[in-house]
Parts: sequence; C-alpha cells; structure tokens
Amino acid sequence: MSLVFEKRKSVSRTAIVVVPIVSFMASLLLTGALLAIFGADPMATYASMAKGAFGSWRAFTETLVKAIPLMLTGLGVALAFKLRFWNIGAEGQLTLASIAATWVALYWNWLPGPLVLPVLVLVGCAAGALWAGVPALLKTRLNVDETLVTLMLNYVALLLAEFLYYGPWRDPKGFGFPGTMVFPKEAWFPRIAGRAHIGLYFAIAVALILWFVLNRTRWGFELKVIGNSPKAARYQGIAVERNIMLAILLSGAICGLAGVGEVAGISRRLQQGMALGYGFTAIIVAWMAQLNPLAVPFVALLMGALLVGGDQVQMTMGLPSSIGTLMQGMILFPMLAGSLFTEYRIKRIGAQAVRESETGAA
Amino acid sequence: METTANAAPLVEMRGICKSFPGVKASDGVDLRLERGEVLALLGENGAGKSTLMNILSGLYRQDSGDVYLRGERADIRSPRDAAALGIGMVHQNFMLVDTMTVAENVILGMAGLPFVPDMAAVKRSIVELGERYNMAVDPDAYIWQLSVGEQQRVEILKQLYRKAEILVLDEPTAVLTPQESQELNSVVKRMQAEGKSAVFITHKMDEVMAFADRVMVLRRGKVVAEKTTRDTDPKDLARLMVGREVLFDIDKGPFEPGAVVLELKDVCADDERGLPALRELSLTVRAGEIVGIAGVAGNGQRELSEVITGLRPAKSGGVSINCVDLTNRTPLEIIKSGVSHIPSDRIAVGAVGDMSVASNLAMKDYRSAPISKGALLLPRRILEFARKMIGLFNIATPSPETRVKFLSGGNIQKTILAREIESCGCLLVAVYPSRGLDIGATEAVRKELVAQRDAGKAVLLVSEDIDELLTVADTIAVMYDGRVVGSMPAAGADPEEIGLLMAGVAPSTEEERS
Ligand SMILES: Nc1ncnc2c1ncn2[C@@H]1O[C@H](COP(=O)(O)OP(=O)(O)OP(=O)(O)O)[C@@H](O)[C@H]1O
Ligand SMILES: [Mg+2]
Repeated sequence: MSLVFEKRKSVSRTAIVVVPIVSFMASLLLTGALLAIFGADPMATYASMAKGAFGSWRAFTETLVKAIPLMLTGLGVALAFKLRFWNIGAEGQLTLASIAATWVALYWNWLPGPLVLPVLVLVGCAAGALWAGVPALLKTRLNVDETLVTLMLNYVALLLAEFLYYGPWRDPKGFGFPGTMVFPKEAWFPRIAGRAHIGLYFAIAVALILWFVLNRTRWGFELKVIGNSPKAARYQGIAVERNIMLAILLSGAICGLAGVGEVAGISRRLQQGMALGYGFTAIIVAWMAQLNPLAVPFVALLMGALLVGGDQVQMTMGLPSSIGTLMQGMILFPMLAGSLFTEYRIKRIGAQAVRESETGAA
Repeated sequence: METTANAAPLVEMRGICKSFPGVKASDGVDLRLERGEVLALLGENGAGKSTLMNILSGLYRQDSGDVYLRGERADIRSPRDAAALGIGMVHQNFMLVDTMTVAENVILGMAGLPFVPDMAAVKRSIVELGERYNMAVDPDAYIWQLSVGEQQRVEILKQLYRKAEILVLDEPTAVLTPQESQELNSVVKRMQAEGKSAVFITHKMDEVMAFADRVMVLRRGKVVAEKTTRDTDPKDLARLMVGREVLFDIDKGPFEPGAVVLELKDVCADDERGLPALRELSLTVRAGEIVGIAGVAGNGQRELSEVITGLRPAKSGGVSINCVDLTNRTPLEIIKSGVSHIPSDRIAVGAVGDMSVASNLAMKDYRSAPISKGALLLPRRILEFARKMIGLFNIATPSPETRVKFLSGGNIQKTILAREIESCGCLLVAVYPSRGLDIGATEAVRKELVAQRDAGKAVLLVSEDIDELLTVADTIAVMYDGRVVGSMPAAGADPEEIGLLMAGVAPSTEEERS
C-alpha cells in the first residue's frame, strides 16, 4: 500500500478553513520548541501572550488597534495578489497616505470643519493609489517587474515621512520630538473603544465589498480571468492593462486607508515609529487568508494578537517582544506546506485493490 | 495471447485501473507490445489513451494492476524510472522549455548527468541522430524559434538520445502538416527496423493504417477491440471507436451566399519576431458561406485570424465587418460586432485551465443578461447556462464546477466551441477546430460549422486537412507565404491543385483574385 498526492478537481472548502488553523498550531509548536531551547517555558509564554492580547477589554481593544491596519493592508495586498501583481509595497502606500492625511489635517485650513475628515480620507486613499499606480503603470506600459518597484517605493515613502517630521513639518513646540503638531480635533477619527477607531468599520466594509465585487460582479469575473491567464483574457475582449491598472489603484487606496487610520485614529499626528511593518505582515495575512477577503479580518485579528501578546511577554517574562513577529513568520512555512492539502488530497492505493482487479481479470 | 506465450512480450500491462475524481480513466486495461512492433491506440476523446500511456511512462501511478517489461514486473514511479527502462514519451502538449536551446532541452532532467555536461558532445550526438533519422534540427536554436513540427522533432530526439527502446507518441500528428507526418512515419519505420517499438496515439484512421502493425481501441477506459491493421479498415475502426456508424459526409443546405460579412483589403501584418506574416492579403466571406483557408501551417493563417479578431495589429490595409471598418479595433469591439473565434492555441488562449467548465463556458456571455444583470453576475445563472451547454454539445465532464484543465483535450475543445458558437453573431473564425478531436467529435464540429452557415452566418475555417475543407467549405482559398495564392469553389476542386498551391509551386502565385 502506498499514499499518493492527487490534484483536487476543485479546491476543498474544508481544507481552506483547516489549513490555516493547523498552520497556526504548527507555528505554536515550532516557536514553543525555540522558546524551550532558550530556556523559557512555552506554555507560560503563550498564556501570557493570550492574556496580553485578549485578557481584558483594554487588551482586546489594543489588539484591534493593531488588527485594523493589518486588515486593510491585508485586503489591499490580497486584491493585488489575485491578479498575480506582487505588490509588496503596502508599507509605502500606507506611509504616503499618512503623509497626505497629515498634510490635509494640518495645512488645508481653509476646509470647513465637517469636510475635513472626508477629504482627509479621500486624499489619503488617493496618495496610496498613486504610490501603487507608479509600479502598475511601469508594469502595464513597460513591463517593468513590480516586485522591485513596489519594494523600493517603500523606502522612498518612509524617508520622505522622516524628512518631513524631522524637517519642515516638525512641531516647533515639540521639544525636538520627531513628529508634527497634533491634528485639530476635526481631523480625528472617532474612536469606538479604547484606542480602536472607526477604521475597523471601514475595514469590515471593505472586506465585504471586496468579496462581493470579486465574486458577484462582472468586473470581479474579469479580474479572475486576468489573474489566471492574461492571454486568455485578452482573447475574451477583456482590457487587461486597464483592469490591472484599476485594480492596483484600488489596492493602493485600501492600503492607504490603513495609513489614514494610523495618523487620524491613533497618533493624531505624523511621528517617528509609526511604520511598524504592517505592510509586510500584510503579505502573511493575505496568504494565510488564502486571498479571501472575508477571511482577512480574522487572520488580521490573530496577527494583531501576536503583536500585542509579544509586547506583553516582553514586560511580564523578560523575553524579546519579537516573539510575536517570529510566530507570524513561523506561520508562513506550515501554511505553504499546507497549501498542498487545499490543492491536493492524499489517496491510498492499496494491495487490496490490486488483488481485486486480479481476481476480476482472471 | 497463446501464440506469444513462449517469449515474454517487451511490454505487458495487466489489469490497469486508474480513476480520477468522477471518472474511471482506465478500467482494467491489458496491453501487450512486442519488440519491433508499432501499436496504435485509438479511442474517443477522454477514452483514457493519454492516461494509460502516462502510467507506462511514470507520470501517473496506477491504482491497481501491474506493468511487466521483458517478463519482469516493473515498478515505474517516475519518468526517470521509465527512462531507465527504455521508455520515452512525447506528450500531447510538449514539455519543452521555450527559453532554452535544443541541446539544453535534450539533456534537461536526465539522470546521472555530470555537474558540467559536455555540451559539445551532446550537440554532436544530436546532429548525428538527426542525420541517422533524417530529422535535422539545429542544436543551438532556442525552442521559441522553432515551428511546432521542429519542436516535435526535438521531443523525439530527446527520447532517442536517452536510448529509448519504447517510444510513446501521444497524438504526434495532430499538430503536423501532411508532409511532416509523412516524415514522422519514416522516422518511426526506421526505428522499427532497428528493433525499437512504439505506441502511437491518433484520431486519424489512415494514419493507423500507415503507421501501425496492430491497433487497440479504447472506450471509456476499457479495451473494446484489438486487431492487426491488416484485418481492418478505417470504416470498421471508426465504428468500433464510436460504437455506431460514422457518416463521413455532411448534409449541407444549398449554397446561397448573401451580403459580404468579412472583407480584408491588402492587409499586412508582422509575426512575433517582427517578420512579415501577411503580405497584402485580400479576402471576402459572405453570409451563408464557409470559406476554407488551406495551407501548410505557418503561412500566416494564425496571424490572419488574429488580425480579424483584433488580437494583432494590421500594419496596413483594412478589415471591415458588415461594411463597418474595424481595422485595429479592440478585441471587445470586434466581439461586440458579432465575431466569434476558435483560436488555434486552445490551452493557453481559448480556455482558462484553472477556472471551472461553467466559468469557461460563460466567458463571453457573462457580459449580458441572463448571466449578468447590469454590473452584477448571477452565479446560479452561470450554472444553469453551463448545464444547458454541456448537454447541447455533449461535453464529458464530471460536473460544471470541474476545472477545465482536467478535461481531455477533446472536451476542452468542445467547451470552447460551445461558447463561441453560442455567442456568434455574424462571423465565426475557426482555426483548426477539429485538431485533436476524435471522429465523433470532429463530425459534430463540422456539422456545427455547417449549421452556422445554413443559419446565414459567415464562417472562416482554417484547416490543414484538405478533406475537411472539401467536405465542409463552399469556397477554398489557399494561403502561401502570407498571401492568398488561389481560390476556387470547393465543389469540384482538385485536391492535387490545392496541394500544389499549398506548396507554393503553382504558377498562379501572381494571379489576381477576382
Ligand atoms: N490529471 C487528471 N485529473 C483528473 N482527471 C483527469 C486527469 N487526466 C485525465 N483525466 C480524466 O480522465 C479521462 C481520460 O482522459 P485522457 O486524457 O486519458 O483521455 P484521452 O483518451 O487521451 O483523450 P483525448 O483524445 O481527448 O486526448 C477524462 O475524462 C479526463 O477528464
Ligand atoms: Mg489524450
């Protein structure tokens, strides 16, 4: 008897749910082994992490604070990945959007009060779209590889932000603190609980809308065809370049929304230490959610919990907070291995079957 | 068989079973191949021919049953195992790396290769083998520079280089011109003379008769007949294969052409490499008319279809449909003007392998009701529509949700055909529509083309099969080197003359078309 892998005819629905869960467990085991090697008690560490992330209402709202930008960037990245456009520039799109939002909040004083927030959101999203649009344009027009361009633009945006809050935009009354002035109240995102802000509603709405657009509209169908085979799409009369362009602008805008939330909802100013690598973790979020917009919020919540839990063990157990990030990375490996099971299934081919057929043939 | 019991056959497969979700592709197949013998495998699309040979060549593993080589049980777990046993397969869809040279492809994936292979020696052997079998290829050429026929030579050379004793050819002639398949036949004959054996899969009866010593007919994964070619004839084989009489003639309504639907005037266009592919080509197709384009593949037929459908820019000249100038318009505008297209590359262009049969069927009609409503797509309508089409066109698929790439070659083609015919408004451009189809399906395709014509649509049919053109088309235009070098009514056309025109030797090259 032996076991063989067989490609599935349609992707298994149970596997889609089970694989990320099993991957997470595997990550717990792997990280646990590492912790044990370094002489820490894995169970105690995990308990402390769980407590840190979900142990109290305050802890939970802090987890949400981290989860919101992960949800949004995860959604943006998932959309781009569906088109096989490897947008690893969510971090830059987020950062540029936070710069743009800051600009509106601090310098567009002529705006009437009630208009500040909507305009700030729109301009922020537009900035994110712009930052994604550059590599999209290069790719669709000149066939320039998007991976490199999106990656490089991250640093351009990060350095621009640094230049601004250290230089021209620095708060003159900030005692040298690298950051801008605090936004006027009209430019604050309302908060829901603790520091968690209405970005959460945006994220959930975007997830629902994106799922609907991808699965229930003609445009979504076209994107699916393009993602699978640009050649076939062109033959079907689908405008490949234009649709990639549109979808990537949208992807950038969604990532930008995350940046708007960070400045308008959390720090209420542009300051050092904002970019926490959400845009990179978003790649793990998107994969773990298997590019399904409806799964992204849940995965992002889990990833947020790992970040907050990591901070917690730093305080309570004296372990580095990077344990959370480590675990995030550890999830990816079993995840990639696990995709084997969503695409394939194991089949037993047994000696019994052989015998049956032999008697049958005799 | 008792007659061969004294010496073990070269290959023996016993009771081979293999199922895929929803189908039994092989259902207790016994197969025997002697040294120096050519065995033909015949069967409808999806009968399980490729599957059986993929098992022999180690690509798939049987669920049950055994393979014996020279009397000994062989456990073939990978193509490498098969190669070590002297089994080599040329697949239905070639497995060459486009961006590598012939020589590199030949040694790619070989076991026991030194870390730095001696490429000079490899190239020398390729040239030698090429001479020995009379199928020369430049070992330094890149695969993308080669025609399909040349690529196939590379595939065969690759197996000969690996000292294959048993060569499996899966529909090798489907992509070849008649001349090329003649050449292939002589290669196989030479191998046979050297004591090598071959299994040969085809849908063409006359090739079975020309190539093979013995023929095995499969239907739904089972062997339904086994005959020596001496004791059979094409009609008999066709009946065995489909399980009923096959009509080689097609009922056609009277030829009553209407207004001009497609008009090309002095069209010039380049191919991928920037070389001229169409040279001032002019052509008209009228409503209720099938114009057949005859020609050896690679004389601009594919480019012609692409210029008409907006997939390739015309450098000069004009394309108009129903008297509206549509030169260099987008594919969508041309689709909307009622043009359907069955492309020559069905795997990469015609279908999306990773999407379902239903989605593939809906890939044109999704733009309008009832499948969509405004911007919304109605998934349930897609399924309904797909079920209807699957029934109408007899597509063999486990379910509408099965991914297209799991269908047999013939059923992928039927899926494309169904979609294009369903969405056809005034003009159907069909490029090699019956390539790789079994005779039953070929008959269905031809009938469908004629039905479209009888319904008053214009049909442009590109084919390499002169018999197909003579039975189906009303007018035959011969293409050579990017031009139409002659055209004639199909009724009473002389195949000899067409053949000469196709070869570019006829004096009428300069003749103007009236
Ligand atoms: N990898 C696969 N996964 C699932 N189903 C498969 C796979 N390969 C083949 N099948 C199914 O097995 C059956 C036999 O397919 P196979 O390719 O052997 O047919 P065939 O006789 O070669 O047909 P054709 O003449 O069209 O090439 C078909 O129903 C096909 O859909
Ligand atoms: Mg086949």
